[in-house]
Amino acid sequence: MTKLTKKDILGMADLTVDEIHLILETAESFLEISTRDIKKVPTLRGKSIINLFYEASTRTRTSFEIAGKRLSADTINISASTSSVVKGETLIDTARNLEAMNPDIIVLRHSAAGAPHLLAGLVRQSIINAGDGAHEHPSQALLDMMTIREKKGRIAGLKIALVGDIQHSRVARSNIYGLNKMGARVVVAGPATMMPRDIEKMGVEAFTRIEDAIVDADVVMMLRIQLERQKQNLFPSLREYAQRYCLNRTNFKLAKSDAIVMHPGPINRGVEISPDIADDSGFSVILDQVANGVAVRMALLYLLSGGNE
Amino acid sequence: MNLLLKGGRILDPSRNIDGVMDLLVKNGTIAACGPDLQAPPETQTLDVGGLIVSPGLIDMHVHLREPGQEYKETVATGAAAAVAGGFTAVACMPNTLPVNDTRSITEFILRRAGEAGLARIYPIAAVSLGQEGRQMTEFADLKDAGAVALSDDGKPVMDAALMRRTLEYAESLGLTVIQHCEDLSLSAGGLMHEGYYSTILGMRGIPAIAEDIIANRDILIAEYSGTRIHIAHVSTAGAVRILREAKKRGVRVTAETAPHYFTLTDESLTGYNTAFKVNPPLRTAEDVAAIKEGLADGTLDVIACDHAPHARTDKEVEFEYASNGISGLETSLGLSLKLIEDGVLSWPDLIAKMSLNPARILNLPSASLAPGACADITVIDPNRPWTVDLKAFRSRGKNSPFGGCALPGRAVLTIVGGEIKYNGLASQ
Ligand SMILES: [Zn+2]
Repeated sequence: MTKLTKKDILGMADLTVDEIHLILETAESFLEISTRDIKKVPTLRGKSIINLFYEASTRTRTSFEIAGKRLSADTINISASTSSVVKGETLIDTARNLEAMNPDIIVLRHSAAGAPHLLAGLVRQSIINAGDGAHEHPSQALLDMMTIREKKGRIAGLKIALVGDIQHSRVARSNIYGLNKMGARVVVAGPATMMPRDIEKMGVEAFTRIEDAIVDADVVMMLRIQLERQKQNLFPSLREYAQRYCLNRTNFKLAKSDAIVMHPGPINRGVEISPDIADDSGFSVILDQVANGVAVRMALLYLLSGGNE
Repeated sequence: MNLLLKGGRILDPSRNIDGVMDLLVKNGTIAACGPDLQAPPETQTLDVGGLIVSPGLIDMHVHLREPGQEYKETVATGAAAAVAGGFTAVACMPNTLPVNDTRSITEFILRRAGEAGLARIYPIAAVSLGQEGRQMTEFADLKDAGAVALSDDGKPVMDAALMRRTLEYAESLGLTVIQHCEDLSLSAGGLMHEGYYSTILGMRGIPAIAEDIIANRDILIAEYSGTRIHIAHVSTAGAVRILREAKKRGVRVTAETAPHYFTLTDESLTGYNTAFKVNPPLRTAEDVAAIKEGLADGTLDVIACDHAPHARTDKEVEFEYASNGISGLETSLGLSLKLIEDGVLSWPDLIAKMSLNPARILNLPSASLAPGACADITVIDPNRPWTVDLKAFRSRGKNSPFGGCALPGRAVLTIVGGEIKYNGLASQ
């Protein structure tokens, strides 16, 4: 496979193994550009990309913006509000307006699950889902997979543990789909209150103790906890959460000796990961994830623009 | 004008009648029902051979949106949808703007119904002022104004003490209380049934127990108080089981379900299509099977469609922001006919659940083809396959997941008080 025939990248659920390989290989070939003195190639000159963000996310937005710029595309950022109290323009109206401006790709971040699917059905432009509610975040999963491949040489056969708030995590869902497709063994752990119903049917083993998940793991992926979940009684206190779910020197010993630690960021230090683990470049690959994020997003923009033409 | 319906299969569950006969209507009432009736002078004779002649169908759970949200539906457009769907009468829920919690609103709805002159409209008044779940409305005055039942539908009555007092006071007036069963603390923020599909779609779930718990609670209250209660739009296997057990031990509880709960599952939501967004939400295949069992064994007494018309702007938004509901009056009978095809219900059972049973639960007159009864009649062609065309809906609400669906049959004549209000005999 050398071309992506899809119009949109909505989620890892819809990507085939061949498509994932193509995206990862393309991203790997783009990695070198970011190390050059002049970090720019003319590949997407004349193309325009709109980053439509209904949810604040400096990280993801910046990553897509840099990716577009390195390929010489024109990138435009639009921040919108989703307040349903102050009803502004609807997503549909916004989409029709943007369509009239004729961009090539729209990158959408939205707090409502399924918003990119709604948009994709309305406009002829390619849509990249940059995170929709608790549903999917495919570019994050792809950059995670790229990082795992880079560090481990493969994905198939690895034991990969996802730990934290599985219920509200789009990163978890996208990784479960992607990693399963690539032949990894995925286990998840988190408080029972944040473990979604029937998660096992997604092809994972689920635990409520972090230790049970990370034993013999090749990769430990820690998820971000939203502090406001405490108010919904999903966990009693940050203190107790950290005591039970923080990755530290002691429980990390249960993982394979060459295990790597990942986190989609931003980290709540001392809650999800103890600082000495997060900062230890011996096993923490968190900064590699950020670098690979740009390469993966370059690959997605390139392939959706009709790459390899 | 008199009417003679010749050669139809007369189905009258009120008298256990099922046979091919003629039916004569004179001056708005049923004059005779028997073989080979002769047409008196000035009688319109209609050949209904091969068709089902039923007491007028009644939908006891619809939302007509007037007053306040006429852009979604009016009493007149809702009544037009009703007769086109074969319903001679509907009972409309009080969650209008303002809420139907006073005599003047009830009277306004009845006045609008009279102006429309199509289906009979029976207003259901709110249990609590503004449906806020605090202060009881004036039940007796509302009944006097024409309200046939009480409900805070759209919302549950969450306060158990209010529900107890409501059941007790309403019972003394002969008013039926209808509960929308949803524990709001368990359903908060929920967008769909909680299960595998909510997990993969990343949407907050509404657990089945949110419905089961309130159904169970209110059955216990009715049992304790010795009153009746009617459970609206049952969607879960759990509620069916709770109802079955309650009926077995003699609790005076009745219940309804809607066509979408025996037709669709939560798997339909995988495309985030807001046409499938309803409350209670579409459940699992096991729940659908349990609903069908409940219909078959009599646990569920009524099919009512929870007609919930919305404008495009209410539905063409992100799933999270979309309004709940299906515009159901024009597909309810067609979908229910599939229960006969599938062997779930017999013809008399289906007709009873769509006419006699709701009439009894709401203490309405008629729902009978006995001589002397008011001539509310629905003639059904069980073998007239058609494809649902949302644009052709009489309802202002074109919000339905059944657009393009093939249905086995439909109502072809809707007669209210002896007058033909819908005639689809000729149309194909
Ligand atoms: Zn309701």
